[in-house]
Amino acid sequence: MLNNHAKLMQFFSEANEVVGRKKLQKMIYILQKCKVPFEEKYQFHFYGPYSEELTLRVEELCNLGFVDEVKENKSNYYQYHYSVTDAGESFLKQFSLDMPDFTEKLALLKGKSSRFLELVSTMLYFDNLPKDEVEEKIHLTKPKQKYTVEEISEAWAFIDRLVIDN
Amino acid sequence: MAYKDEQLNEEKVFKDPVHRYVHVKDQVIWDLIAAPEFQRLRRIKQLGTTNYTFHGAEHSRFNHSLGVYEIVRRIIYNFQDRPHWNNDERLLCLCAALLHDLGHGPFSHSFEKVFKLDHEHFTKEIIVGDTQINKILEKVSPGFARKVADVIAKTYEDQLVVSLISSQIDADRMDYLQRDAYFTGVSYGHFDMERILRVMRPIEDQVVIKSTGMHAVEDYIMSRYQMYWQVYFHPVTRSAEVILSKILHRAKYLFETKDFKFKLEPTHFMSFFTGNVSLEEYLKLDESIVHYYFQLWQQEDDEILSDLCERFMNRRLFKYIEFNPNLQMNEWMELYRLFQSAGIDPEYYLVVDSSSDLPYDFYRPGEEEERLPIHLLMPNKGLKELSRHSDIVESISGKKRTDHKLYFPMDMLDAIKDETVKAKIKEILHGQGEIENVE
Repeated sequence: MLNNHAKLMQFFSEANEVVGRKKLQKMIYILQKCKVPFEEKYQFHFYGPYSEELTLRVEELCNLGFVDEVKENKSNYYQYHYSVTDAGESFLKQFSLDMPDFTEKLALLKGKSSRFLELVSTMLYFDNLPKDEVEEKIHLTKPKQKYTVEEISEAWAFIDRLVIDN
Repeated sequence: MAYKDEQLNEEKVFKDPVHRYVHVKDQVIWDLIAAPEFQRLRRIKQLGTTNYTFHGAEHSRFNHSLGVYEIVRRIIYNFQDRPHWNNDERLLCLCAALLHDLGHGPFSHSFEKVFKLDHEHFTKEIIVGDTQINKILEKVSPGFARKVADVIAKTYEDQLVVSLISSQIDADRMDYLQRDAYFTGVSYGHFDMERILRVMRPIEDQVVIKSTGMHAVEDYIMSRYQMYWQVYFHPVTRSAEVILSKILHRAKYLFETKDFKFKLEPTHFMSFFTGNVSLEEYLKLDESIVHYYFQLWQQEDDEILSDLCERFMNRRLFKYIEFNPNLQMNEWMELYRLFQSAGIDPEYYLVVDSSSDLPYDFYRPGEEEERLPIHLLMPNKGLKELSRHSDIVESISGKKRTDHKLYFPMDMLDAIKDETVKAKIKEILHGQGEIENVE
């Protein structure tokens, strides 16, 4: 029961705090690609892989009082902060989840911007294509983001560091 | 004349209860409709188990696919000669609209969850694989099939084309909201589509709405909200869906239990159980086949499988209570133990179902670029996100409503012989509030 919710709670618990909805979306997707068994279904959207199921499940966790969501008013947009509550920690304790250790990967992801994670997750979305075609896809599907050559090579290096078995 | 430009001698029309008529003039579209992979959609209901609640909801993916095609055809007609619109993409858009749901299987939501499948993957496979559909598309031009698959997967380079088929105000949603409302017979779900089509404007990489059309869009968002709660998320439909999922889980479990022998070899399910579904096998499984197995599995020796199938076929559904995992976790664990001691397997008969288990969504303003919102085109040519301009949309999209329900078979609980266990179970269930009937 609610195993998928519990897996996300483990993510929030280990992450301590996640800043930004877009970043949260991309972090879970990238972890999925690292074989961490989150089961939320993703589709490609304007800003890269996005899971409506994840959005709704996080809303459920907030409504249940397991995750605290704080809305911060930036100058021309809002940013959301997520952290686990005491009730959330108690809920999580009742599960014995068989999850691989993803602490290190999580730390790497947390240190990156949402723009960069959008690039990485988009590259991973096309991981069935050869490298040059992946880069071509990035430029074709995301012309407005204007990703530089340096950013793209940094993203490849980052993917290698994550040791993703493609 | 090139195949892509070939026109039928006379325009063909399909009578349609939602759009009145669906018009076909392109030979390519006519051929695609006739392909076996498209005709298969006649045997897959659009709303899965919803007909257990709304008996009219027997319409198919075939009806819906034609409807989406017709809406896109009308949008493109309106876009002719507008800036940013490239009419060379016309046939690509029409094909993508028609074929966008091609990979849906029977009761696809449950099948996808239980067998870890993805209908989008099969849509692509049908379009680029060895199929009649692929042959037709490749006759248009080499590589055309891949383009159609890319538009449907939203990875096509022209995002304006993508947004016609798939965005927060797209032809797909506009068709299914109206069609589902019509066939379920509910009074919500209606909105002024003609008005929306008139105020849609193509810009560089998306379709936006001229600000004077905002009220028509508000109506569309309201209808989406109401359909979600009144139809798509109906607790009775969810009860049938819960039973369906449990049947699939049980059949898979029995298949993996080497000492169980099915009276009827589950030939059509084998590859689903082993997780190695080929395109050919996937295309063979439609709703008639599923019902055939469920009918015969009622006679299997496994009590759980036969009981669940009998419930599904005869609409003997589970009852439910509202469930709050935060406040009632201990009660749930106690119920789990009590079910076990009464000889009722809680893995199959005590099920929590959450709103996030559903494949439908609300409008999302996408405040942090997690997804593209609906944009209004203001008189100064600037863009404004819908909920920032409309109080109605803001109030709906800001409201987070989620829920969880606990499903169980009341008749089995009534039949428990141990009176103490029975009383304890009922005490816990009644303590959580009213037990809802699913009639």
